[in-house]
Amino acid sequence: MITEEDVIQIAGLADLSVPQGELTAFTGSFNAILEYFDILDTLEIEGSLERKLFNVFREDEVTESLSQEDALKNSHNPEEGYIRAPKVV
Amino acid sequence: MADKYNAFLSEAEIAGEGDGILKGIRVAVKDNISTKDIETTCASKILKGYIPPYDAHAVTLLKQAGAVIAGKTNMDEFGMGSTTENSAFGPALNPRDTTRVTGGSSGGSAAAVAGGLVPMALGSDTGGSIRCPAAWCGIVGLKPSYGRVSRFGLIAYANSFEQIGPMANNVTDTAKLFSVIAGHDIRDSTSVNKPYDFAGLKADIAGKTIGIPQEYFGEGVDEAVAETVRNAIAKLEELGAKTVDVSLPSMKYALAAYYVTCTCEASSNLDRFDGVRYGEIAPDTNMPWHDAYTKVRTAGFGDEVRRRIILGTFALSAGYYGKYYVKARYARQQIARDFAKALTECDLLAGPTMPNVAPKLGELTKDPLQMYQADILTVPANIAGIPAISVPCGTAHNMPVGLQLMGRMYDEEAVLNAALAFEEAC
Repeated sequence: MITEEDVIQIAGLADLSVPQGELTAFTGSFNAILEYFDILDTLEIEGSLERKLFNVFREDEVTESLSQEDALKNSHNPEEGYIRAPKVV
Repeated sequence: MADKYNAFLSEAEIAGEGDGILKGIRVAVKDNISTKDIETTCASKILKGYIPPYDAHAVTLLKQAGAVIAGKTNMDEFGMGSTTENSAFGPALNPRDTTRVTGGSSGGSAAAVAGGLVPMALGSDTGGSIRCPAAWCGIVGLKPSYGRVSRFGLIAYANSFEQIGPMANNVTDTAKLFSVIAGHDIRDSTSVNKPYDFAGLKADIAGKTIGIPQEYFGEGVDEAVAETVRNAIAKLEELGAKTVDVSLPSMKYALAAYYVTCTCEASSNLDRFDGVRYGEIAPDTNMPWHDAYTKVRTAGFGDEVRRRIILGTFALSAGYYGKYYVKARYARQQIARDFAKALTECDLLAGPTMPNVAPKLGELTKDPLQMYQADILTVPANIAGIPAISVPCGTAHNMPVGLQLMGRMYDEEAVLNAALAFEEAC
């Protein structure tokens, strides 16, 4: 059973918050969904997962890409070709 | 034309320069498919104002074929929903009954076609998002085999499932639109080199073996819907198809496997939305990193998107990854094997697209799990990666019902030919 405190912590890992007034209902539906997922516990696991691996890399050659101007077009207050982001420390 | 159905989030009139088979035809594009110089929001506040600097590959191909891009259509935010009520810009309305939902998540595309605003539209289908609204609005919608249409420029939600696909009033237009968008694209590493030849479309069902999975008529499927679909299957038999009962025992795991996987993928894919490079809400650069992003993302994402990101974050976290994600991978493999086995014995599988007809607005939004369960008959084709079409086959409770035909991997030809044969006989 996931508690309201668990929900707050998990949401924080994803840079999200659940408003206090919605927390009880959110936690309730969260647990109902997890309970439904429990059907996977009845799956009989045989053998291993098939993994078809093949190389999808192209040759390392310069190809057409977005211009710096286009890449920055949708950002807020770019400065001298850089994107402005919150401070890390 | 007035948009009575809230089908469009932005209207446009951008004529392609090509001279192909879509010359002059107006095509609407779902709002999670990037369109150069046309706002693309995924029906989310977090992307309000975003103007893509490039076209999705499918849109480039539309323009090369001469299509006119008629605008961007409403949807459940980032494709997360089965009614289009999870749009940040209000629900699309079903042209057959505007007190009912269109289905989702490509509900705006379905409403635009069913309401006569455009003859064709692009949708995307992660767990039924083309077929559900096609069925509930009474039009045709095709989810292509995984890889047959490039996902370049499709804003990702659950990228191991989703495909861009065509929606139209009839099978011929659906096939025509599919022929334009199918084919290889080097910019999508999962793309395959399998173009579709529209000239090959022909009504063809006689002599085909059609499997009827018992699970598609089980608990939760409305009896009137099941009856309408059984009548449609009887029509396929009249046309010379042979039907056999088949079983897909692992289908009981499909919905859980799908929702575990898609929420895990969503938690990763939607990590990029922080307001820094695009989006209306800018992060406060004076705040610490996590606080600033939490503020943007909490304000920008709607309830269902937040729920799925949090679910996926939980399911991928240490201690739970094995319980959820790994088991979902095994279930997915088992389901794909069940479908592959059934499709060695049969040419096609048939059943209802949706277990019910379109519900009233607000009916499914109260309980997220109930909303998820509406996808029970559509998610298996996404898990197996196979092509699946919804074609109108009559009504139940005075609302449209869709017949779902599923085929072998990359055999859209058989699916479309069978759907055309059925449509011509109706």
